[in-house]
This record gives sequence, C-alpha cells and structure tokens, in this order.
Amino acid sequence: MYANLCALAALVCLLLYALLGGADYGGGVWDLFARGPTAKAQRATIEHAIAPVWEANHVWLIVVVVILFTAFPAAFAALVTALHVPLTLMLVGVVLRGTAFTFRHYDSKRDDVQKRWGRVFAVASLFTPFLLGTMLGTIAMGGIRMVDDLPVGGFFAPWISPFPILVGLLTVVLFGFLAAVYLTNEPAEEAVTEAFRRRALASAGAMFVLGAVTLAVAKSLAPAMAEGLFRAPIVLVAGGLSLVGSVATVWKRRYGAARALAALSVTCVIGGWGIAQRPYLLPPDLTIANSAAPEVTLRLLVWALVIGSVTLVPSLYYLFRVFKGEDALSPLDRPDPGTTTEAPPAVKGSRTGSS
Amino acid sequence: MREHDILFARGQMAMSLAFHIVFAVVGIAMPVLMVMAEVLWLRTRNRVYLDLTRAWAKGTAVLFAVGAVSGTVLSFELGLLFPTFMKHAGPVIGMPFSLEGFAFFTEAIFLGIYLYGWNRVRPVWHVASGVVVAISGTLSAVFVVIANAWMNAPRGFRVEGDRFVDIDPIAAMGTPFAVHEVLHMLLAAFMVTGFAVGAIHAAILLKRGPSPFHRTALALAFSIAAPSALLQGPVGHLAAQEVAEHQPMKLAAMESQFKTEAYAPLRIGGFPDEEARVTRLAIEIPGGLSFLSFNRRDAVVKGLEEFPRRDWPSPIVHYSFQAMVGIGTMAMGLALWGIVVRIRKKALPEGKWFLRAIIAAGPLSVVALEAGWVVTEVGRQPWIVYGVMRTADTVTPMPGLFVPFACFTLLYIALAFATAAVLWRQIRHSPGVLDEAPASAARPSIVAGGPS
Repeated sequence: MYANLCALAALVCLLLYALLGGADYGGGVWDLFARGPTAKAQRATIEHAIAPVWEANHVWLIVVVVILFTAFPAAFAALVTALHVPLTLMLVGVVLRGTAFTFRHYDSKRDDVQKRWGRVFAVASLFTPFLLGTMLGTIAMGGIRMVDDLPVGGFFAPWISPFPILVGLLTVVLFGFLAAVYLTNEPAEEAVTEAFRRRALASAGAMFVLGAVTLAVAKSLAPAMAEGLFRAPIVLVAGGLSLVGSVATVWKRRYGAARALAALSVTCVIGGWGIAQRPYLLPPDLTIANSAAPEVTLRLLVWALVIGSVTLVPSLYYLFRVFKGEDALSPLDRPDPGTTTEAPPAVKGSRTGSS
Repeated sequence: MREHDILFARGQMAMSLAFHIVFAVVGIAMPVLMVMAEVLWLRTRNRVYLDLTRAWAKGTAVLFAVGAVSGTVLSFELGLLFPTFMKHAGPVIGMPFSLEGFAFFTEAIFLGIYLYGWNRVRPVWHVASGVVVAISGTLSAVFVVIANAWMNAPRGFRVEGDRFVDIDPIAAMGTPFAVHEVLHMLLAAFMVTGFAVGAIHAAILLKRGPSPFHRTALALAFSIAAPSALLQGPVGHLAAQEVAEHQPMKLAAMESQFKTEAYAPLRIGGFPDEEARVTRLAIEIPGGLSFLSFNRRDAVVKGLEEFPRRDWPSPIVHYSFQAMVGIGTMAMGLALWGIVVRIRKKALPEGKWFLRAIIAAGPLSVVALEAGWVVTEVGRQPWIVYGVMRTADTVTPMPGLFVPFACFTLLYIALAFATAAVLWRQIRHSPGVLDEAPASAARPSIVAGGPS
C-alpha cells in the first residue's frame, strides 16, 4: 500500500510540476513568440507573472526525483542510465532558463543585454519541456528496458523515435496553452490579454491536432499505453470535455473558468497516463512493486510527505495568494478548507483582473 | 577507456559540487544578513539599513537562482553519474534528501515573497518571510550534509551479497559524522559569506573613502564572520577527532602520516613523497598529531602503510587540509583583531591594513571552503560509501563521459563569468560607487506600512 502511495505522490508532484512549472516554461515560449505592437508589454506581463513563483514551482521536479530514488531506487537507476543523454540536455536547459531569466531581471536594462538574456531564457523554455516530454513518451511506450545494467537499444535510439518526439511536441504545446490561459488572468492592458487569448486558442488548435495524431499512432507505436488509456474511458472523456470547455470559455473571455478547466484537462491527461500505466513505473519490466524500496523506507517517506505537506501547503497558499490573489495581507484569515489546496489558486479561478 | 570515464564522472561531480557550494553557502547566510539589516531598519528607521537590505536582497536573488538550478543539477547527477550508488543508497538516505526537499521548497517560496513582496505584504510579514528563508536555508544545508556524513560514516543497514538489508533510515541519519559535519559546514557558510560580503564593501571603502553605507555593511558582515571564524577552530578539532576515530586512512592522508607510530608529529606544510613514503620540508611538532587526535601524546596513529597502496587518497588531500587550516587560523587572527578593537573603541578598525586584510579574507575563505570539501570528498576515496562501496563500481555504463563533463564545465565557467558580471554591475550601482543617489531612494509604501 505504501508503495502505491509513494507512486501516487510522485505522479501528483509531476502533475503539479506540469501545472505550475510547465506554465512557467510556456511563459518562456510566449516570450519567444511575442509579436506585434504589444510585444514588449507581453514580455513584461510574462516576467511579472513568473518572477516571484518560478523557483518554488521548479521544486516540484526535485520532489519527484527524490521520491523516485528513495521509494523506487531500481526504477530510478534504470531511468537515469537509459535517459542519461536527454536528462543531461534537459538539465542544461534548466540551468540556462533559470539563470537567464534572473539575469535579465537584475542585469542592465540596456536593450542588447535584455535581448541576450531574453533569447537564452526563451529558447531554453522551448527545448527543456520538449526533452521532458520526450522522456515521458519514452517511458510511456515502454522504451526503457535494461539487460545486464545496459539499456536495450542503446543510449539514443529509444528516445529519438517518433512517439517520444510527438509527446515532446505535445508537451511544449500543452505548456504553452496552459501559460496562455493563465496569462489571460494576469493584470494587463486589454490588448495584451487579447494577444494571450489568441495564443491560447491557437495552441489549443495545435494541441487538438497533435493530440489526435499522438493517439492515432499510439495504437501501433505504444500499444500497451493506448490500450491502457481506453481502459479508463471516463478520464479520456473528462479530459476532452474540459479541454473543449476551456477553449470555449477562452473564446467567451471567461478567463477564470478557462484557467480551471485547462488545469483540469492537464490533470486528466497525466492522471490518465498514470492509470493506463498501472501497475508499471517503467513498462514493460519495472512495476511499482518490483522496484520498490523496503517497507520501512516507504512508510517513513509517506510520513515525511504528509508532515512536509503540512508546512508546504499553507506556505504555497500564501505565496499564490500574495502574488495571484486579491487580498495579500493576511496569511491566516482564510485557511483553505478544500482538498485541492495543493493545486494552485490557478485552478481556483479567482480572477485577479486589472481592477 | 573505462578508467577515463570513471575519472570524468568523478570530475563532473566534483566540479558541480565545487560550483554549487559557493552559491549554497550564500543561500544560507545572506538571508541572515538581509534580515539583520531589515530589522535594524524597522527599529532605527535609519535609511542606510533599508538601502543595505535592498542591495543585499538583489545580490541574493541572483546568487540564489544560480544555487537553485545548480542544486537541481546535483539532485539528478548523483543518479546520472553513479546510478548503482543511488540504487542501493537511495532507500537508506532518501530521508534526509526528502526533508531537504521540503526545506528547500519553503526557502524558495518565502524568498519569492521576500524579494517580490515588498509592497504586497506588511513589513512584519516581510521580515518574517526573511526569517523563514534563513531558517529553511539552514535546515536544507543540515539535511544535505547529513546525507554526506552518511557516505563518510555509513550506518543503518547491513550488506548481504551485493544488497543492502535491514535498512533503518533513522539510524542512518544518526551517523556519527552528522554533528561535526553540520556544525563545520554552517560555520563555514557564515564565515565565507561574511568575509566575502565584507571584502566587497571593504574594497569600496578602501578605494572611495568613508561611506556610512559601506561601513555599516562591513560591520554587519564582520559580525557574522568573526564569531564563526573563532568557533570554527574548536569545531574543526572535533571534526578531526571523529575522522581519526572512524576514517584513519583519511587522517593519515590529511597529515601525510606514512608510518604507524606513537608520538606522531603534527606537520605544518610539507610535501609528501609517496614513493619514498616520507613527507619533506614539513615543520613537525613532536607528538602533536597523537595528542590532537586522541588527547594523548603516546597514542598510536595509523599511517598510510596500514592500507593498500592503490587505495591511498590523492596527496591533494594533504595540501587542501593544510590550506584550509592555514586560512582558518589567519581568519581567527583577523576576527580577534576586529573584535578586540571593537570592544575597546566601540567600532571596527578603520585603517587601510584592516580593510586590506578583510579584502584578502574574502577570496581566501572561499578557497578554504573548497579545500575543506576536497579533504572530505577526495579523502573519502576510493569509497563512495566509506568501507562499503567503491566509487568505481557505481559509475554509469554510459560511454563517452568526457562529453557531459566538458559540457557542464564550459556551462559553469560561462555561468560564473555571467554571474560575476551581473553582480559587478549591481555593486557599481551601490551608493557611493558611481556618485549617484541610491537606486532605492523612493519607495514610500514600505514606510507607509504596505497597501493596507
């Protein structure tokens, strides 16, 4: 039971990384594609939205890693061995994205300096989630197999193949969509909000196409995954409906609802993946059970996660309330009773607006 | 080829740690300095303290970001480079890493509030956020160092064949190295950050003449550096005694003690000759090593001759140890100088030589920090888990490890230059350097108590 709880915790943290950190990457993508008369204002809005929270959002990834190597050391060892190359490249992206963003904020405001850091930040925001998605795709299609501690298929072929690349692209578009929808909720002049609205709609279109192609080829390239997905059709339907709903609400400029629905659709995608893959961590060989650490470690980890959450959840709530909520002053006046406190206020739909 | 890959894996890990540690110590001690300055601002309403808080906060923001991303790299690198190690050790020392994860999470959250929330939260919440950053930064260092202490003095499991069994993560955290490593590291963090920050302000004072801003900054920085430098002596002694008890080979390498003998001398300096098994040109204090290690001059100290030649750590351990102790001793002298003058004259020395000494102490204490980690980590070799698991047996089967090594080395060199350039620009814009008004002159909302 503890092993399943740990696996669930890893999946939830990955989901939160996608919902929060993913949107920060998406923000970088929209920085790269900022065009038109409001380009500068778009970049300013993105920076303003990301700056106070990106470092905290980024920690979800570290928590995923820590859960994996503590609770599922065998799977972790296989993962980091087989995906050494894309992981290393992704880390380069993590370093470049974070530092360039910070340097841009604190370095000279001269145009050429700003442009240089901005370019590094934006390009890294594009390829880092692509690599992350590629690796998730490799896992999903059962591309990580170890024989005698060596990856079957070598260190390149498994992840440089059509299905992982499709999932990588889908991840970039998904993060871009999330970011665009979130950004419509940021205080900004109307022309800027409209620009993000157009970007949300465009990326939603790209996502439908890419998603359909990925599902279509999954039957042949990742058959176990495809079969698993249809084992829980309700999640697929909920994901599809919330995505459609999100697009519709963006269209109608009801951005608060759009944000909640967009987050819900991503939750369905990642939750659906988890359900489809159960009981495997790294199909087709490593399951939750056969790669799990001894019971005592799992039990302690679950307790550490529970106790950690007691400090983490209110802290995160405070952070998002200060920067994304309306009333920033008291951290204690309204303790959140809901079960979704772990999710960002981003999904609670309280629209900041420019009021 | 395999030997090369092992060396490049170790090189990449060493380089990543050496890079990260500088930013990590800043992340521990800078929040303390910021909070001290901000509390003084709130109590005295002396503008200098506010300017100082803001200037330090900007520097901290840059350094923390670099520390956060290089720390992320490390959390993966342990597995990327040494997957077999993580496979076995993960369940044993995952606990301190998990706790560190939460501490770091808290630090990142409240640093965001601290840096960007000036006008969004009440002053008291702002200071409180800074206090939380300082506490959680310290805690995350505590947990990470406990994990390292375990690698040096592993506890909480048994080896059966090639498996770790009877795992007890709590016992693992109780490793006998935890206490001294944690204390030594935290004191180093305050000492290094204090002297490094002090060195910057001292350099400006030396060049531009008296300035209340830089003098106040130097006084605050010195107030955390000096006591840490003084305490580091006894804590270092405690550390050496633990090493003597649990890692005799490391102690022998630190002191270049080749022969097993009673009345072993304490060596100052010297050049170990591994072929001849003697240490040349060292100043020797008879019986000193025996006494410092075991409190008795006639105690027997094990020499390197007790251990297989192929297992001897590199002589760099000896040189690093000498450098660390030498710099630490000078830092204690500098600390005493400042403290004595301060007590007698109610102010730090203002002369050029004191400023010059502080300027030298900045970079030198960074050297001592790096040297200390070389002693701990290179001195632990050839083991990744001391006495249990050899580093060479845990390296990833991935060939061509020169490539990631070269990649990260170049990336970190570029990053070091970029960070220095950004900080340099910030320092140039601090009060009294470019003869312009402080950049943060007008922010009335803080004075007014926030937007309530």
